[in-house]
Amino acid sequence: MKKYICNVCEWVYDPEVGLPEEGIEPGTPFEDLPDDFVCPECGVGKDEFSPEE
Amino acid sequence: MVQSYALSGQKELNKSMNTELRKNITWVGYIDWTVRDFHGYTAERGTTYNAYLIQDDKTALVDTVKAPFGHRLLQNISNLTSLNSIDYVVCNHAEPDHAGALPEIMAALPNATLVLDQKCMDALSEHGDMSGWRTKIVKTGDTVTLGNRTLRFIETPMVHWPESMFTLVPEEKLLFSMDAFGQHYASTQRFADEISLGTVMNETRAYYANILMPYGKQIAKVLKQMDTIDIEMIAPSHGLIWRTHIAELLEAYGNWAAHQPKRKILVIYDTMWESTGEMARAILEGASLNDVDAQLIHVRSSNLTHIATESLEAAAIAFGSSTLNNGMMPMAAAVMTYLKGLRPQGKAGFSFGSFGWGRGGPEAVHDFMESMKWEMLREPLKSKYRPSSEILDECRNAGRMLAEKAKEMA
Repeated sequence: MKKYICNVCEWVYDPEVGLPEEGIEPGTPFEDLPDDFVCPECGVGKDEFSPEE
Repeated sequence: MVQSYALSGQKELNKSMNTELRKNITWVGYIDWTVRDFHGYTAERGTTYNAYLIQDDKTALVDTVKAPFGHRLLQNISNLTSLNSIDYVVCNHAEPDHAGALPEIMAALPNATLVLDQKCMDALSEHGDMSGWRTKIVKTGDTVTLGNRTLRFIETPMVHWPESMFTLVPEEKLLFSMDAFGQHYASTQRFADEISLGTVMNETRAYYANILMPYGKQIAKVLKQMDTIDIEMIAPSHGLIWRTHIAELLEAYGNWAAHQPKRKILVIYDTMWESTGEMARAILEGASLNDVDAQLIHVRSSNLTHIATESLEAAAIAFGSSTLNNGMMPMAAAVMTYLKGLRPQGKAGFSFGSFGWGRGGPEAVHDFMESMKWEMLREPLKSKYRPSSEILDECRNAGRMLAEKAKEMA
């Protein structure tokens, strides 16, 4: 599973870790995040994320 | 033809205002004595927009000022050198208080190249027309050689905007830190050590609380990078320049970035007919232990800036609102909304307040605190109309619990 980086603030979504405090279980691929997912650091939406090189 | 900005009568005066940080590195910014409402930030002492001129084989201007003060900056530069001689303008931050005058500045400096990172380019291009500007995109680690001195760039995303950047002059151990380490403080002095340390640290804390509190993680990352750099002077883009107490400053920033609490509690409230006010004073009475700093803040007698500043280091907060139209009072809601955006972390607290027939004030506060993931010490403490002596006793007990919690946390 690929990590995704926020283009705005460079926070990294790691699917292995998920985001349990927002109810996103470890093992959730980026593609399966809900449409209203926002970066926990800066608040931008999924379309502002890119696969981490 | 380049317009002349140097006014002969003012030249000597302006020269004395252009303070040198190092040889041929000069403050050329603008002191804004009159601003009080800075996009909602209550700047009781005004502020400064700091810009710096580095004269070497090449000449560089680091940051500009808020519009409409560009002509003041150009006048300050003109007192030192010809506007034709500026080779570089570094933009560390695209926010209008530092880049607002850029169109005027770029038009007045015919030989200047704007140095910025890609995100700054993106942001500025969405603020206005950049056509005709020469630009040079840099990233972390890139350098521009001026002669004996070098500019080295460090991107610092979200400290304070995505495009934010530091510029280091390694030969001078001088860091241009943009919004970080700054204060809204207008003064004739330019260095922090020229005024009392308590005053400058208070203003630095207010600035951190209101501008940088949400970005603790990113700030911690930047502080770690700074550990590896030899720094003797930190020149922010607002307020006073640090050339002493740098270790203390970095330590304070480290504590704030980690949301490190002190033995401090706040009782914040808004009230209609003083029932919630009476409860607030009883909570404060219970919380008044010798070794805990306890403060009572009435929302409408205070302001958002002050409340956020005091919240930064508070371990625990009791927040009260009367019930108005089945919800909390509007100014209490403003404070809650503002605090939530600043993302204060690791706090404990509870809500309180009065009601008559409907419900909603203390409950709405409780929900807000919970949504900030604060540790809730109890259910909302409520009083129907005026608080009875039993309710006031309960308030004192809750206040004591709040203070004990602060002692446990710090």
